[in-house]
Amino acid sequence: MALLEVRGLEVAFPLRAARLQALRGVDFTLEEGERLGIVGESGAGKSMAAYAILNLISEPGRISGGEIWFDGQRLDTLSNDEMRGIRGNRIAMIFQDPMMTLNPVLTVGTQMIECLAAHRTMSEAQAQDLCIAKLREVAIPSPEARFNAYPHELSGGLRQRVVIAIALLLDPAIIIADEPTTALDVTIQAEIMGLMMELCDNHRVGLILITHDLAVVSDVTQKMLVMYAGRVVETGTTAQVIARPAHPYTRGLLQSLPQKNTAGGMLNQIPGTMPSLAAVPSGCAFHPRCEHTDARCSSELPQLRAVGRRMVSCHHAEALK
Amino acid sequence: MDTLAFLIKRLGQAAVVMLVISIIGFSIQDNLGDPLRELVGQSVSEEVRDELREEMGLNDPFFVQYWRFLTKAVQGDLGTSYFFKKPALEVIMGKFPATFELVLAATFIIIFVSVPVGIYCAIHPKSFFSRLAMAVSIVGISVPVFLTAIFSIYIFAIYLDWLPSYGRGDTVDLGFWRTGFLSLDGLSHLILPALALSSIMLPLFIRLIRGEMMEVLRSEYVRFAWAKGLHPSRVYLLHAFKNTLLPVITVGGVQVGTLIAYTILTETVFQWPGMGFLFLEAVNRVDTPLIIAYIIVVGLIFVITNTIVDLVYTMVNPMVRITGVKG
Repeated sequence: MALLEVRGLEVAFPLRAARLQALRGVDFTLEEGERLGIVGESGAGKSMAAYAILNLISEPGRISGGEIWFDGQRLDTLSNDEMRGIRGNRIAMIFQDPMMTLNPVLTVGTQMIECLAAHRTMSEAQAQDLCIAKLREVAIPSPEARFNAYPHELSGGLRQRVVIAIALLLDPAIIIADEPTTALDVTIQAEIMGLMMELCDNHRVGLILITHDLAVVSDVTQKMLVMYAGRVVETGTTAQVIARPAHPYTRGLLQSLPQKNTAGGMLNQIPGTMPSLAAVPSGCAFHPRCEHTDARCSSELPQLRAVGRRMVSCHHAEALK
Repeated sequence: MDTLAFLIKRLGQAAVVMLVISIIGFSIQDNLGDPLRELVGQSVSEEVRDELREEMGLNDPFFVQYWRFLTKAVQGDLGTSYFFKKPALEVIMGKFPATFELVLAATFIIIFVSVPVGIYCAIHPKSFFSRLAMAVSIVGISVPVFLTAIFSIYIFAIYLDWLPSYGRGDTVDLGFWRTGFLSLDGLSHLILPALALSSIMLPLFIRLIRGEMMEVLRSEYVRFAWAKGLHPSRVYLLHAFKNTLLPVITVGGVQVGTLIAYTILTETVFQWPGMGFLFLEAVNRVDTPLIIAYIIVVGLIFVITNTIVDLVYTMVNPMVRITGVKG
């Protein structure tokens, strides 16, 4: 059994006016030390899938179906207290904007030590040594001084390093990173991504990387998941999916990237926008934006099925491949 | 070092504020009736009055008189009360402990009720208690303090006969301070006025803490705190509440002034022998030096409390310290 296994995951927001279905049956697995990328436009449900693992979905959203198994333990039925033992300890998270992730009124040290104190019993001095060692590991210069600094005294890149150090503090089995480099300068992005890969390799940490940056996904991950309107539309090894996308949506995403060989030309884009959760189209949710649409696409929901060595949910996958 | 630089800067600002207050106070003196009539009555002839006016410097230009007033005021001489025939400052300071203890008690009530209730309402916004607290606080904001005071007298003092309705009760003289905190009778006299005075601010602070904290709870750093697996008490009381405090402290500093202003009403309704009650009597008697002394003392209290509030703010918010040095 895989380290993490998500089966038929559904997340719903029961609102007064309507019940919004954010995830409509998502499956994926993650092996020990494996790196998985989840891509899709805003609103596809990629962050939702990640937050659901640690039950961190904002109110009133809740898991309404499916199962999440981690290390032989079922997570989606755990009580809050039991879940607290997993969070930050076995599965850690890194968020998008390091400017907002660290609490502005607490020192870096306080925010690190509290994480240790929540999961381990150790002396203050031991904890401090461990924190400073982690800060050194994420290549923060003069970690002793930074330990007592407040977040506003650090640059964005340094703050994200601190966040990574906190995530790694308890040697988790999995790190979930939600757009960890999007808010950073381009020059820093590669640096932080490189650091994360190195640390994940050194510590055999599995990584779930949520991003819309396909270039990063192809550099970093071994497996990828393309999501659209709360469903997985294509999944397989990153190399395969990137090289020969089988779903028109994946193809559209790839074609909208600037490329060397089409320099100077117009960028391709997928027409239209991601549907809102309140009005998901019938059949294949992508059909209004797809150039291969026929009658079947608007009436019948395509199931995720094996096409070649990947899984795709498109009626025309064989023809398009 | 930071704190010292900050204090020096604040001291300069405080001096400017006090100067403006003194100008306003002095202008009142210049425009409020004829001080001679208050001093000598009506039986003295017009020639003697003119002579006296000249002698007292009342015919001097405004700024000459103001300068005289200011130099005396700096030395603690704010004139002599017409009614008490004693230095105005001495009269005011004699009433200061009563008002201070009333405001202190009201502040304690405000803090110890609004903080837990506000936090609870932010964490459980949809619970019955939160909805009730919000509904009651709307009523609380709308009802004027003198009405709250009169109703509470009617219910607790007259109808139920649980608590005394007026005065300060037994006080204990500490030599420099007469306190009502140290006797049971004094404390029982304090309850109703303190409750009435706190009733204006309490709903405001409950709503403020609730609103600010609900916003903070949606922030990314609180989500990160949850993701670290921290205990809910630590997430709520440290991560969220410390950030909630910042705007609350700012508003609190300003509201101290409002609280002092409302002591005039509260003290009058409860016949509380404090500065506010004295001030209203002074207005009725056109006791100009006393009115001015009150304005200046209250202005000074306001400036001092605001400086303290700002100091507390810099202690809670690490980002202010740096600007404190640069500025």
